[in-house]
Amino acid sequence: MSQWLASVIDPYYQQVLMLVGIYIIAALGLNLITGLCGQLTFGHAAFLSIGAYTAAILTRDFHVPFLASLILGGLMAALFGVLLGIPVLKLTGDYLGIATLGFGEIVRVAFTNMKITGGAIGLAAIPRASNLINVTIFVILAVAAVVLLENSRFGRALKAIREDEIAAEAMGINAMRYKIQAFGIGCFLAGISGGFYAHMLQYLNPNDFGFLKSFEILNFVVLGGLGSIPGTIVGTTVLTLAPEFLRFVQEYRMMIYGLLLVLMMIFRPNGLLGGVNFRRLLRRRKQKAAALSS
Amino acid sequence: MLLQQIINGLTLGATYALIALGYTMVYGIIQLINFAHGDIYMIGAFIGVAAVALFHQNFFLTLATAMLACVVLGMTIERVAYRPLRRAPRLNLLITTIGVSIFLETFMTVLKGPQPTGFPPVLKNVTLRVGTLEFSSIQLVILLVSVALMVGLQFIVKYTKIGKAMRAASEDYDTASLMGININRVISFTFAIGSALAAAGGVLVGIYFNSVSPYMGVTAGLKAFVAAVLGGIGNIPGAMLGGLLLGLAEVFGVAAGFSTYKDAIAFTLLIIILLVRPTGLLGRPIQRKV
Repeated sequence: MSQWLASVIDPYYQQVLMLVGIYIIAALGLNLITGLCGQLTFGHAAFLSIGAYTAAILTRDFHVPFLASLILGGLMAALFGVLLGIPVLKLTGDYLGIATLGFGEIVRVAFTNMKITGGAIGLAAIPRASNLINVTIFVILAVAAVVLLENSRFGRALKAIREDEIAAEAMGINAMRYKIQAFGIGCFLAGISGGFYAHMLQYLNPNDFGFLKSFEILNFVVLGGLGSIPGTIVGTTVLTLAPEFLRFVQEYRMMIYGLLLVLMMIFRPNGLLGGVNFRRLLRRRKQKAAALSS
Repeated sequence: MLLQQIINGLTLGATYALIALGYTMVYGIIQLINFAHGDIYMIGAFIGVAAVALFHQNFFLTLATAMLACVVLGMTIERVAYRPLRRAPRLNLLITTIGVSIFLETFMTVLKGPQPTGFPPVLKNVTLRVGTLEFSSIQLVILLVSVALMVGLQFIVKYTKIGKAMRAASEDYDTASLMGININRVISFTFAIGSALAAAGGVLVGIYFNSVSPYMGVTAGLKAFVAAVLGGIGNIPGAMLGGLLLGLAEVFGVAAGFSTYKDAIAFTLLIIILLVRPTGLLGRPIQRKV
């Protein structure tokens, strides 16, 4: 299978496509927390790294099968997400963002100092287990799960909290519980994404998961359009591919990337697909078809 | 020994405070966490290096050159990148500041390479002794310059017309503009002062550690930001207090044997303070409006 794939798609492109898929999983998690539930977090990369290190150590040192270690990595990230969320989600707005930013940096420093993670040198020789196929399967699963969640009682509660927490509480929604649940699920997705990341690169370094990585994922979500699942997918794809397309400008690459970020925010303030969702798109197409047939 | 550590902590804290003031003033008026602020500090340090290396300026001229250049830089960034987004969702503005930050960092990396550069000698470093206490003349200069700048800032904010306008704007942005305050001018001025202080911080830190690098703004900026939050973001004395506290906490943390966790001390302190006093030490509590 992988040989066939290699003959169809160049390994470099495979790598880039895998990265897009991996980031989509993480961004969907963040979209649930920030886009749907309205809770600002600047520490998403920390959960990515928790999942990545857990999964990598399990497969590398304990020979746990890839799928199991992936799930365990996700659960570990979710556990930390809930443990952090219980005290921290009392904070609102920027203060929540700041606290999660602090948590992200603490995790990074801890991983730099722990023995089991290989410290500042990093964790190497992680078996290569991610491939385009299993990443794609998980992206589809994640999208399906988030779409189902969004349109469920749970998703509607999250949206109510996003729009007005106090009003939602007055309506009998236990805001704290829903916020923690959303945070846990979002962190679970980040953990899964981290597991794939570790088994793609085969090397982990704590400095890859600094706050800039958290912002990168936040950029995906905001550029795509907060709260929009197709937006998240498009935003992630565009922003992950941008640095690859910009390789020809070499050292100016990140400069142009920064500029791009500013320009997109100025000229497309609601994101590329702000307010667009699958259902409405489908409905519109149906309406169009109906209008044509009548 | 204890007094010694206190001096070290205060020196470090004073530089954090200088940068923190920029975060806090901007946040106070437009509720924006300006992530590019740490990079203005970095550019300030590099301009300081250039001023000494190319024009052999003395210390005070170097400081003035860096501050002036960063005033222009800060105001330009505000005008070009932030002002068009004044009415946009706040998260977009935040991402714009990250874009600017990435831009400035890579700009400097392209220009000077990623390696740290030394700061050319501009101040004589003499070890001063008072009893058993030892500290360098550079530490003394840092403390004196920082205190002078902070006193200057207090004067501007308390006793000048533009300072009054700043306070009004931070109290209530919309009402202030209805009262005939030119809000764009106030914001521009806020960025100018914040950038000048950051540049001064950059030059002082560059001299203190004798090292300037394109990525120095990242950690220092984050820590200064933590300092601003510790004191209560939007609160000027809070930022000074937060900076000094943070400097002391770090120095004592290292002295207590947590040197490998040095960078985590600030953030642990941050989370604890946020949980106990969500708006910082001197911050006003947020009102939940129904």
